[in-house]
Amino acid sequence: MFKEIKVLKSHGIQYVKNLRMQPVSALFRGRPVISGDITKDEIKTVSFACPVMAIDGKSGSIDMGRCVFCKECSFLLPDKIRFTNDYRISSNVREALIIKPGSENPVQLDENRIRKEIRRLFKSALKLRQVSAGGDNSCEMELVATGNVNFDFGRYGIEFVASPRHADGIVITGPISENMAEPLDITYNAIPSPKIIILAGTDAISGGIFDGSPALDRRFIEQNHIDLFVPGNPLNPLTFINGVMDLLGIK
Amino acid sequence: MDQKLYMEIKNNSLPLDLKEIPVLKYEVFYDQVLAFLKDEGKHCIAYYGVESAGNLKLYCCIADDNNNIVVLFAHELNKDHLVLKSLTPECVQLHIFEREIHENFGVEFEGHTWLKPVRYPYNRKNRSEIINSYPFYNIESEELHEVGVGPVHAGIIEPGHFRFICNGEKVLHLEIQLGYQHRGIEELFITKCNALQRCILSESIAGDTSIGHSLAHSQLIESLAGIQVSEALQIERCIALEMERLAIHIGDTSALCGDVAYQLGQVVCEALRTTIINTTQFWCGNRFGKGLIRPGGSNYPLNNDVVNEILRVLDDTGRRFFEVTDLIYSLPSVLGRFDDIGILTRQQALSLGAVGMTARTSGILRDIRKTHPFQYYKNYLVRPVILETGDVLARGMERVLEVHESVKIIHELIEIWQQKIKDFRKPVYDYNLKPDNFAISMVEGWRGEICHIAITDNSGNIAHYKVKDPSMHNWMALALAVRNQEISDFPICNKSFNLSYCGNDL
Ligand code: SF4
Repeated sequence: MFKEIKVLKSHGIQYVKNLRMQPVSALFRGRPVISGDITKDEIKTVSFACPVMAIDGKSGSIDMGRCVFCKECSFLLPDKIRFTNDYRISSNVREALIIKPGSENPVQLDENRIRKEIRRLFKSALKLRQVSAGGDNSCEMELVATGNVNFDFGRYGIEFVASPRHADGIVITGPISENMAEPLDITYNAIPSPKIIILAGTDAISGGIFDGSPALDRRFIEQNHIDLFVPGNPLNPLTFINGVMDLLGIK
Repeated sequence: MDQKLYMEIKNNSLPLDLKEIPVLKYEVFYDQVLAFLKDEGKHCIAYYGVESAGNLKLYCCIADDNNNIVVLFAHELNKDHLVLKSLTPECVQLHIFEREIHENFGVEFEGHTWLKPVRYPYNRKNRSEIINSYPFYNIESEELHEVGVGPVHAGIIEPGHFRFICNGEKVLHLEIQLGYQHRGIEELFITKCNALQRCILSESIAGDTSIGHSLAHSQLIESLAGIQVSEALQIERCIALEMERLAIHIGDTSALCGDVAYQLGQVVCEALRTTIINTTQFWCGNRFGKGLIRPGGSNYPLNNDVVNEILRVLDDTGRRFFEVTDLIYSLPSVLGRFDDIGILTRQQALSLGAVGMTARTSGILRDIRKTHPFQYYKNYLVRPVILETGDVLARGMERVLEVHESVKIIHELIEIWQQKIKDFRKPVYDYNLKPDNFAISMVEGWRGEICHIAITDNSGNIAHYKVKDPSMHNWMALALAVRNQEISDFPICNKSFNLSYCGNDL
């Protein structure tokens, strides 16, 4: 009994009070900012160096849906590209993940393109089923963390459940391996409609470093409407949490 | 007259000239490999095939722990006649490697009783075998029933299929079928030929071991490119590796508590893990250490701010972790679930060629940090934690004791680091690899022995890349450990091993 009290006392209060405004460490690699005066030659250099072709060779914009956040472009051009620690980088529209030179704007959801039933049905409780389809277990661990004692996403009635039959949507991690394509389909079909699809992590959004591998089968992504894109390598729990809150219209 | 039968190579050192590797007749290869593996102090770290010019070359790498060397045997087969006498009946630890060679190239191993698919890679020999058609072992009986679980599981974990044959509640047999996570990693190391791409790839082999695998990759490149790194950087890499070990061991302690419904232990350890990974993030901007390890140098050299943060967190987290584990491992309700459950005997572990924590908890000293030291472990003596009972309790306690050790190691390494000259070199991406060479790199990750092997062609490009995650050896250990256990004990057995799906599937 005394041991328990001692442990509890040391444990103290661990939960993050405001999930919208939790500071993260200075070096955290979140939304990039590209200087408006980046030159053609500089763009060429970094787009060539980027391991995943996330930097457009013409415009110099960075696609966070492809970016693996290695920061190498910023090491090459520290005066022109920097990574802020803004972790609120999810969106329901794919194009919103593309950051243009000169833009300092936060990433936002397009309210008009959120399906009407989502907020009506899921705002006060959303149950999700997670499927890892070639994920490397880092995105998966960060999704587990969203429900842990620190982030406690359950406070908004948002939880991961065991059975697709109990779920309102699916959260996919990994670039979608060919061997997982069918189990993913089966799981998705087992979820009753209406249902949502969230792509969690860069690998899921674009294939990431695995893009182009013959061991993938990404037809699921092409065939279905995606409700939320959550970039990151792996995604940060706060990126996921804030994205889902924005999708559901939780303040 | 004395013909050389094998080559010797040291971990993380000079590569071998391909031409110097003797190619043996299969009878000789067979006898030699068997003779070597009879000795307890030796185990197979990798045995695999490489296609070249219509032939198939087999390489078998055996770690000789007592002499700190790796012994390399080779054999070459004509692709028109792919039949060999299996080594597995005499030496069980080779079962998984022969299966892989069979699956990839169609080699028939005569006498192998379990020549089943390993991961259904996209470039497998027989594309008509698909993952749904896995040939499960079954037993005809009125009394027995089968339980199938997966590939999609109840929690947020990776996919794999478990097929149990049970008598009532008791598990008679478990077969584990993997391959769902296959992404074609080994081939990508060749097709994505840019150095940075390879670094990112190595961090994604198993994201929970980003530091371990990216270190194995960087070491390999450094040895092929002849790059030396400073002692300060070597120490930093060891510290990063120990931080990864700490984070996972503490997280696993939380998960084990969760599985026996001991919430206090679960929640407290969960929060403690957060403090460690946030420290890694403080150091390099990523909670899993992605971006921290690069060949030839570092983008995030250790500095005094980071050192102070590490020391502060270790002090606090270390104290709290020992406080809570002291409690956890004194509770009858926890001990009752862990003690004597899921035993892997020393004999089983030896015959499977188990590595890492799994080997150490069954009484076998296997720890690459000590037996084939790399980076600064060459100058620093690690004290591996060896336990004897091979049950869930041992694997749980191993984590607690290794956390103790890692905290000590980090403290001592930081002290040494402070005396060293720092050179702040940037990563090297425009390296030239020695042509026609063979190099091997091993790292003791938190799970165990990680091994990367590369072969270069005559213009210095990577012609073949092999990745071996410790899980490759250890999955079968889990299957054996749950025999004769209640099926309800499967989750804690599984957690206690915590093996990698993507590390196996590649
Ligand atoms: S940080 Fe992103 S955009 Fe920059 S080089 Fe890395 S992957 Fe490319």
